Amino acid sequence: MPHKTFFAFILPSLVAMVLFIALPIVSVVVQSFHVEHGRILVEVENCQPFGGCTKETRVDTAAMAELQAAQPMGQFNGFGTYLNRSHLAVDEIGAILSDNTGFGNIVARIYNLPFYKALAFTLVFCFVVTPLAMALGFAIALAVNALPKVSKGPVIFFSLLPMIITPLVGSLILYWMIQANGIIGATLQNLFNDPTLSLRASPVLTWASLLFYGVWTNAPFSFVVFYAGLQTVPGDTLESAMIDGASRWERIRYVIIPHLAPLATFVALVQLMDNFRVFEPIVGFSAEANATSLSWLIFNDLSGDAQLFGSAGATSVLTIAGVIVLLMPVLIRTWREFNHKVV
Amino acid sequence: MKLMLKTTVSLGVLCLTAGAAFADCGIEGAGSVRILSNDFEALRLVNTTAAECATDSLTITANANAEHKNLQVPALSINPAEYTVAVVANNSIVPLLNDDLIRPLDDLVAEYGASLQPNQLIKIDGKTMAIAFMGNAQHLFYRKDILDAAGVAEPKSYEDILAAAEAIKASGAMEYPVAASVKPGWDLAAEFVNAYLGTGAEFFAPGSAELAIDNENGLKVLETMRALTAYMDPDYLTFDANGIKAEYEAGNTAMMVEWGSLAGAIIDEEGAAEGVVANTVLAAAPTIGGGSIPAVALWWDGFTIAKNISDEDAAASFQAMVHGISPEMVAANPAVATWLVAGYEPGPAAVGVIATANGGARAYPMQPYMGLLHTALSAELAEFMAGTEDAAQALADVKAAYETAAREGGYL
Amino acid sequence: MSDAAMTQRRPLLLNLLIVSFIVIWVVLAAFPFVWTVWGSLKVETDFFSRESWWNAIVGTYTRIQTGTAFTGDGYHGAWITREFWRAVGNTAVVTVSVTVISLTLGTLGGYALARSGQRYAFWILIIALVFRAMPHITLVSGYLLPFFQLNIWGVLPTSIIVLVAINQPFTLWMLHSFFLSIPKDLDESAMVDGCTRFQAFRMVIIPVMWPGVVTTGLFSFLLAYNDFAVTSMLLSADNQTMVPKISSFLGSVQEQGNVMYAVAAVVSATVPLFILVLFFQRQIVSGLTAGAVKG
Repeated sequence: MPHKTFFAFILPSLVAMVLFIALPIVSVVVQSFHVEHGRILVEVENCQPFGGCTKETRVDTAAMAELQAAQPMGQFNGFGTYLNRSHLAVDEIGAILSDNTGFGNIVARIYNLPFYKALAFTLVFCFVVTPLAMALGFAIALAVNALPKVSKGPVIFFSLLPMIITPLVGSLILYWMIQANGIIGATLQNLFNDPTLSLRASPVLTWASLLFYGVWTNAPFSFVVFYAGLQTVPGDTLESAMIDGASRWERIRYVIIPHLAPLATFVALVQLMDNFRVFEPIVGFSAEANATSLSWLIFNDLSGDAQLFGSAGATSVLTIAGVIVLLMPVLIRTWREFNHKVV
Repeated sequence: MKLMLKTTVSLGVLCLTAGAAFADCGIEGAGSVRILSNDFEALRLVNTTAAECATDSLTITANANAEHKNLQVPALSINPAEYTVAVVANNSIVPLLNDDLIRPLDDLVAEYGASLQPNQLIKIDGKTMAIAFMGNAQHLFYRKDILDAAGVAEPKSYEDILAAAEAIKASGAMEYPVAASVKPGWDLAAEFVNAYLGTGAEFFAPGSAELAIDNENGLKVLETMRALTAYMDPDYLTFDANGIKAEYEAGNTAMMVEWGSLAGAIIDEEGAAEGVVANTVLAAAPTIGGGSIPAVALWWDGFTIAKNISDEDAAASFQAMVHGISPEMVAANPAVATWLVAGYEPGPAAVGVIATANGGARAYPMQPYMGLLHTALSAELAEFMAGTEDAAQALADVKAAYETAAREGGYL
Repeated sequence: MSDAAMTQRRPLLLNLLIVSFIVIWVVLAAFPFVWTVWGSLKVETDFFSRESWWNAIVGTYTRIQTGTAFTGDGYHGAWITREFWRAVGNTAVVTVSVTVISLTLGTLGGYALARSGQRYAFWILIIALVFRAMPHITLVSGYLLPFFQLNIWGVLPTSIIVLVAINQPFTLWMLHSFFLSIPKDLDESAMVDGCTRFQAFRMVIIPVMWPGVVTTGLFSFLLAYNDFAVTSMLLSADNQTMVPKISSFLGSVQEQGNVMYAVAAVVSATVPLFILVLFFQRQIVSGLTAGAVKG
């Protein structure tokens, strides 16, 4: 395809992406290399409706305005924010490695650092949920495809429900169902005959319920994409495979799966990426005590009473880096396919 | 039903007062009033009352938005500001002060603030920066029948609560007699701040951003917080303020320190199990460690006027807001909040907040770096509360997290 | 695949297996929703009962508070008292615009990416992917100040454009994958017959691309429909879409929310999706029977 035609086709979406994604990313990256100016503090009297007046410190805004005007981005800090305790914690890790009482101690102390704690759950979520959700979605797609036509519509709708219900409320309702008095929680207690069983109190069970929820909400996506892909499987290839005496399983293995492979790459890409940014279930399940994720760290930085843009920016950049590392195998595969296409 | 009823009543009042409203406000000249506030009933009421001042030449719009804390700084830092009024609380006023985005109100108070009371004026460095109109605090809710049956008197301190909890648990009346909003995040950090305020100690070294909680007061607070968890439902780490309210209304717990703003919803007859409402007593917040200060933070909500707007708009905004929080509005809606406005008659739901304030509780600190400490506490205390970390380690983690953030914020 | 022929040849046991698998899945997928629909007709104390989930079935407190076992208070409160219909209108505008614009830009771009053999096409795809990895809340916090300065904050078009942009990487990738599965010969033979690239796209590709476009459109639609990060931060209260509105029903730390309004709103919000999915399910299948891909 000539360059000119190519760019004529792609220009509108490029412009949108550059303006609203690329530029903000650049500003976030720049911001993550800066910290605020040293604040000039003054003590002033502060009177409130209760408790009368007290001495409290304030930021001297006039003096700060001058500093801000001279250097609007704040002080340059290089990779300082990336390496501090809230992120990669290089110094702390060094201290832990040089002074510890064994492997268990190292793991426990690294897990105590917020970034690594979040990373641990994020990775587990990513690698457990993605393959399971894809396998489940594929199985549902095959099964739905085999259903009589009339029942397909409703089944597709119900299959999409986990994805459709706003995660905000969806996880809230599920969270209520798994609490000790909820329908699922109470049933599990009966089933295991253990009245103290609580899915929310133990870290292991909290992780398990989050992972289960992850598979439940992610499966419909794989299902829809695979189902749409199944509609394009060439009928004559299948028929000739049947004539050659291929069994059902062989037809799936040698015709359907290769046909869906590009779509599977795509689904894997999207799911890995979305699961790496897992956030809503943690808030919805009130699981902050036992599970945090990188996106939750960003949220925590930005939603507090004092917002830490630099810190949130650094975590975001680390998230992007993490996604790139995760996607490497898929990217290399895409690269090969792409070169293949050129030839 | 209750909410519908309340809304109908307040709508009725709006209709009644609407006729007189234009005369009451008497804002002269053209202009525009744009209000940014949080999104809950009392503030929506203030906004709609303020909007009565609109005339042909004066427009009044309100954006009641749950994201107001994230919006206010960028919205007020442009010129002219997107909003002329920002409704804030102790904590959310701080970013506006830090960036110098709100104007002193002394002139406006002198000219248009006849209906305001002196204690409504939030003065910083001698200048009025905000006008408070409602107050809030956490305080003790307890079940008189359960405590009586266990033979304990009204708890005055956390030590009393622990003893009472032990007595109730031993009597077998209730397995989890205590509830607290200790969900990691804002709630858990607020619990620590509350208890620490009760020790009378300061969070920071005087005049600097150096953290000072790493001492016996901090340890005492953490010890007490953890001791209470022995009497809580095992799911306690997932309970926020609305969660413990539900537990309490279901009759699952006997004592809790809960927001006064939720008292109205608790002591109405709706949604509570048999006997809960009749036996509920609202009392001052408990003290801690033999101190005499109720161990909770006092909060106020108030309005501020943006700096980057014309003086005409500022004057119109101030007058509209003063109308919004007028004694008439408060007289018509006494049950909606604990108002700080003249002529407010506290109802049965406000006694806890008032007792706590009278007991000498301290206000939530307004230091510029308090928000950073709150965030650090919100993430770092979870393991301690879960019982997988000791108090010294938890304090060390908080300190490390706070110092990292404070360095980034330029305070250290 | 011809359904009828395949079904006939399938052994009974396999059919049984398929049906029971689907039944189990549908129950798993739909049960929380059915539970929510049922619960939306109860009061909060019953649906979120701290005593026993049995209350949500029989409606103990619903009877005490309203006199009957079912109540429409949640719906009344959400739709009338809190004007949920306004959010529904806004959502309709936002989702339809986002879907249409995303698909228009995306089909053009995705087609070009699928047909171009140049290296830069690959790199555009990769960079788009990196863009997609950016957590939305960080992006949105960066928008606030410029948007306030340009005085475009709070209105629907701004949110629509932002959602389209955020959604572009996904749309491009997905449609690119779909176009790859459409044989090159189709449009190339059209070009041999004298069509320009755009004519070939219009006459040959557009008629066969619907299954992919409909599926991608469904996801664009859902993204706009379910978005919270962008719409909660970039829209003023009057222009709010459904999800931020629902979240405002949930209350905040110090203030009591009205969870049942949220539940009723969620149930109401699912109805248009039901109709939509039923409609597009037919579209996906009709794309197939039109004989889209002949290998």
